[in-house]
Formats: sequence, structure tokens, C-alpha cells
Amino acid sequence: MLTTLTPVEKPLNANRSAGSAALAPTRSEDVLVDVQHVSKKFCRDLKRSLWYGIKDVLNELNPWQKSTGSRFTSASPNEQDLRPGEFWAVHDVSFQLRRGECLGLIGHNGAGKTTLLKILNGLIKPDSGSITMRGRVGALIALGAGFNPILTGRENIYINAAILGISKKEIDAQIDSIIDFADIREFIDSPVQSYSSGMQVRLGFAIATAMKPDVLILDEVLAVGDAAFRAKCFKRIGSIARDCAIIFVSHDQSQMARICTQAMLMSSGRCLYHGTTAEAIDQYNAAQAAKSGTAYTLQTHEAIQSFALLDCTPPQTVQAGSSLTLKLKLKSQKRLPVGIAFINFVDLAATTVGQADFSARLEAIPAGESELSLTIERVDLAQGIYSLNLAIFASNRQETLVHGVSCAQVNVAGAPYMWCAYKMPLGAVDIQIIQA
Amino acid sequence: MELCERTYSPEPLLGSPLKLIKALGTDLLAGRELAWRLFMRDLSAQYRQTYFGYVWAFLPPLVASLTFIFLNSQGIVAIDTGAVPYAAFAMMGTLLWQVFVDAVTAPVQTLSAAKPMLSKINFPREAILLAGFYMVLFNFAVRMVLLVGVMLWWHVPVGLGLAFFPVALAGLLLSGTAIGLALAPIGTLYGDISKSIPIFAQFLMLLTPVVYPARTEGLAGLLATWNPISPLIVTARETLSGQDLTLLLPFSIITLVSLLVTFAGLIAFRLAMPHLIARMGG
Repeated sequence: MLTTLTPVEKPLNANRSAGSAALAPTRSEDVLVDVQHVSKKFCRDLKRSLWYGIKDVLNELNPWQKSTGSRFTSASPNEQDLRPGEFWAVHDVSFQLRRGECLGLIGHNGAGKTTLLKILNGLIKPDSGSITMRGRVGALIALGAGFNPILTGRENIYINAAILGISKKEIDAQIDSIIDFADIREFIDSPVQSYSSGMQVRLGFAIATAMKPDVLILDEVLAVGDAAFRAKCFKRIGSIARDCAIIFVSHDQSQMARICTQAMLMSSGRCLYHGTTAEAIDQYNAAQAAKSGTAYTLQTHEAIQSFALLDCTPPQTVQAGSSLTLKLKLKSQKRLPVGIAFINFVDLAATTVGQADFSARLEAIPAGESELSLTIERVDLAQGIYSLNLAIFASNRQETLVHGVSCAQVNVAGAPYMWCAYKMPLGAVDIQIIQA
Repeated sequence: MELCERTYSPEPLLGSPLKLIKALGTDLLAGRELAWRLFMRDLSAQYRQTYFGYVWAFLPPLVASLTFIFLNSQGIVAIDTGAVPYAAFAMMGTLLWQVFVDAVTAPVQTLSAAKPMLSKINFPREAILLAGFYMVLFNFAVRMVLLVGVMLWWHVPVGLGLAFFPVALAGLLLSGTAIGLALAPIGTLYGDISKSIPIFAQFLMLLTPVVYPARTEGLAGLLATWNPISPLIVTARETLSGQDLTLLLPFSIITLVSLLVTFAGLIAFRLAMPHLIARMGG
């Protein structure tokens, strides 16, 4: 579980990669984002939350109130600062970002990433600590917020730009490039309600990045677009990265590893690790793997009376390139002919990266009690943690016999491929100079 | 280029009032263009998915006037309103009352509608209030066209007092806005406010000389004197129908107080907003 992780606090400069240091001069006035011991509490219970909201507002309006919670600004706030029913949505988070730096935020849902971004964007007030933002802040916490479905794309561009603080003149000059970037020219004069969600995201991203921000806050907004558009977005992010400070939330770990110069792993509002992107991703993956056993779901045919996977906990560690055997024990009332049988390897981003197809080798599930072992000769996958989906369907290809989602975990060791699960064998590289 | 710098901390902003007022002014200026766009958006979106379009803007007051014309022609209502025919008197009253109620409702209503935007984008939020205010003005302007027709139809006498009408109208709008702004922080959190406004408005309308002239005696007289809305409605109607302004002093006091409350309300809105957004979720 997460508690096994040790919070590591390293001085940031030590972790900045040489590449980013070369791009961005480290002058102190270039610190664009300065976050000091920021905490924010939330309340799960709606009724209570509203009541606390009223109290907070009254506190804020009371001219004799000297502080609305800053009594614990310097030290880390503790449980006594919470009212009944409250929890820390963000707890004692600190970091600094300079121009040219990019911070990746990693953490599972509810870790406090979006809350932190909202505090950074000045939408909500921290309960303790302080934040200083310098320069123009572009935030994509939700794309398309403020899009009016009945108005056309063009009308919405002007409205959204006004909301984001871009002047009409600036937009007039850029409207064509915005439309081209979003690639919706034939739709631009139709109502936004006729747009697909991907088109809305494209339009929103195009508008927000047109403003040339000093600080760019990107909540997980690119998840909606298709791969081609994502590539386009990452190209644009990459091209403005050296001129601004970026705070970036994404579940696309390979892009994060490439773009971010540092990363922070968050859990329950706390910073568990802040340092190199690779280390943050590793810690996150390890934590995810340790807890993802709970996601195990199993569907079996009515005739199957019992089913168990053997030797599956704790996750087996397999050397990349070596073999793996999955053993199952089951009891069936009758013989069940098998049509399709396979094991899928799913990575932490929920992408199926490999499949072992046993359809031709597994003829049937025999009647009575039996033990089944399925061997994969070579697990040619990159280092990392994969969950296995086991699926066995009947000979009519429709009936489910056994379907276990995330039924087992495999920890593949020893082959650190970059951003891919499978590495192809290489041939030669040949360069012929046509004209020097 | 000098970069603007913003600091967010739990310190109460009331601690530095000058900075606060300056920021309010900056945001109101910066929000003007946005407010206009939001207003135009709401306006054009309002009737776009309808067949009759802007006809719908005129219909409610038109139907209301027809009701009064009917009641008057059948002699069902017989209230002595002096030189002004009753139908015109009642029409003026209800239209002015509606402006007041619109102004009260606008802040809570526009804020609730803007929740998705508020919880995700940082922008001069005063623009939302301003856009709501524009909408109140627009709706009034639409009704004004009808009112002019009604006044011509019934030959309502018009005097020099008409020049004072914009001031009277401003008083009505200001007092409505003041109440609306005071309700906004609670109304954004609790739906009870927006549910109770129409009910209270209906009740309050009967306690205010809207469809009857202000009395001087009895309970109705007491209410007319101590109900802060009465002088506003009465004065506004008197300027329209060329009568003497009988309640000028209370009108001035109430307008002045409304002005102060509106200003305080704008500051309170600014201070309360981050706390309200924190409770909006999303």
C-alpha cells in the first residue's frame, strides 16, 4: 500500500535535468510559481460543507477577524485544524517553478491534483500557506467551460477568449490559426452542440494556448482528443515549454516522462515524492500495483462451481524474456468446449499491450475437478507492472466460461524500454547521403 | 516586461481595503467587455431555439396588460386612481415592480447559471453580475416599449417630472441589486433563497402600493410608510404620470442607502467568491 512509500524531499535544483537547466537561466526573478506550505480542507458531507461555507464567508467578511486560518501558516497543519467531517484535500504542499520548467502531477483520482490546480489558478483560497504566481496564467482545468451549446463555434471563440482574458484584437489576429489548429473549419459556424466532445476539446485547447501564457496549468484535458490531436497538442506544449512554467496533470506517463522536468506524486492531498519524473512514475506505479488487486472481477459460467488462481499473490516477478505459467484450479459440472481462450497483459494506463492466445491449444474445460496450467514461453515486455485478464469463451464464441479482469499481477523486471511495452528486434541502420 | 504578480493566501483581504477597492475597480473595468459578451450570448441564445424569437420578450408584459385592460373594461376592479386610468396605473406599477424583482433575482440567478464556469476558470467574476444587470435593463427596455403604448392609449398626462424618471428607475434598480447582492453569497450555497424569492415577491407586491395607490391611514398606510419599496415604486410612477413627487425624501434616503449597500455587496461578493467556489465542487 501507499504507506510503504517513504516521502522523499530533495532540493529541486538537484533534480533538474541538465537539458532544462540549459534552456532556462536560473535567475531568482524567473520563479513564476512559488507555492509555500499550501493546505486546503474540504468536507465530504454536503450539508455540513455548505454550513462551513457560510461560516468561512462570515469569517472573511468580519473586519475584526485577523486571520482566516493563517495561524498555522509556517508549521504543517494537523488534525486539530479540521472541523468535524473535514479532511485535507491538499496538505502542506510546497514547490517552486521557474520559466522553462515543467512539473508533472501524478496521483490517483481524488489525490488532490485538481484542487491544487484550482488553488494555483486563484479559484479557491488556501486554508494555510501562500502562493505567488507571476505573469499571465493560462489554465485548462476544464476545456469548453463557458461554451454555450446553442451558439456557433466562432461566437464561442470570442466569448471564451474574453473569459480567459484575451482581447478581441488579439483574437481577431489569431482566429484563423485557432480554427486551423482545432481543425474544425467546416463546423465553425454551426452550433457547438453539434460538436463531438473531441471537437470541443480541440477548440478549447486551441483558444487557451493562443494566449501565450507565462504559466500554463493543464489538468487532464487531453485525454478526450484522438491520438493525432494529442500529438498536435504535445507539439504545441513542447514549443511553448521553454518560455513558460507548466504544471501538468496527465495519465499518459510516457508524455509526462518526456515533457516534465520534475514530478510530484500526490496521495490524499499530500506530496509523497517530489523529484525526478522517472522516480515519481515508478513510485506511483508501484503504489497502484499494490492496491489494484481490489479491481479483480470474475465472471464464470453457471456450470462452473469453483474457480481459483494459484500462486498469484504476491505478484510474480518475471525476468523479461523468460517464461510465465498461470495455474488455475476449477470444478465444473460438465465438460465445456472452449472456442476462445487468451490472457491479455494490461499496463497501468489500461492499454492492452500483449496477448497470449490459447484458443487452439485449450480444447475444453473438463467435467469434475481439474487443474489447468497455461504457459507463456517468452514474456517480451518492458519493465513494469501488468495486470492479466484471463478470458475463456465457449465454442459458440458467445457464452462466457471464465472471464477474470485484473485477475493477476505480473512484475516484469530487467528490460527498461522507453515508453513502450514491447521492443522489436533490430536490423541494421543504413544512411545514404544523396546530397551533402 | 514587468510581470504582474498575484498572491493567494488565507489572509483576510479586508486587512488592506485600499488594495481591495482598487482590484475591484480594475476587475469591473476588465470585466466590461466580457459582461457585454456574456449578455449578448445569453440574449441571442435565449431565443435562438424558438420559432417566434424576440416576440417572446414582448409577450409576458403584453399578456399582463391585456389582463388589466379586460379587468378594467368589465368594471371588475374599481380603484380610484385619480387622473390616471386604473389600467395604466396598474400596468405602470407592475412593470416597475417587475424591474425591482428582476434586479433582486439577477445576482443569485446568474451566479447559479455560471457555476460550471466559476468553478473552472479564473476571470473577473463581477462580469457575471454586470451581465445579469444588463439583462435586467434589457428586459425593462422591452417592457418600456409596451408601457409607452399603454400610456398613449389611455392618455396618461405627462409632465416635467418625466425628466426625473431615470433617477427614480436607478433608485429601483439599485435597491433591487443591493438586496440581490446581499442574498447572493447565501443564495449561491443554498437553493432556498432562489426558491423563496418569487414567493416573497408575490406577497410583498400586495403589501406595496403596486396595483393600488398608497394609503395614508390604517395598516395599509403604515405599510406604505414603512415598506422601503413603496417610496421607490410610488416615486417612479409619479414621475411617469406627471404627478407631484410626494415621497421624495424617503426615496432619496433609500436610494442612498441602496448605493452604499450595493458597494458593500460588491466587496462582500469579491471576498466570498473563493469560499463559494470551493463549495461548488465540479
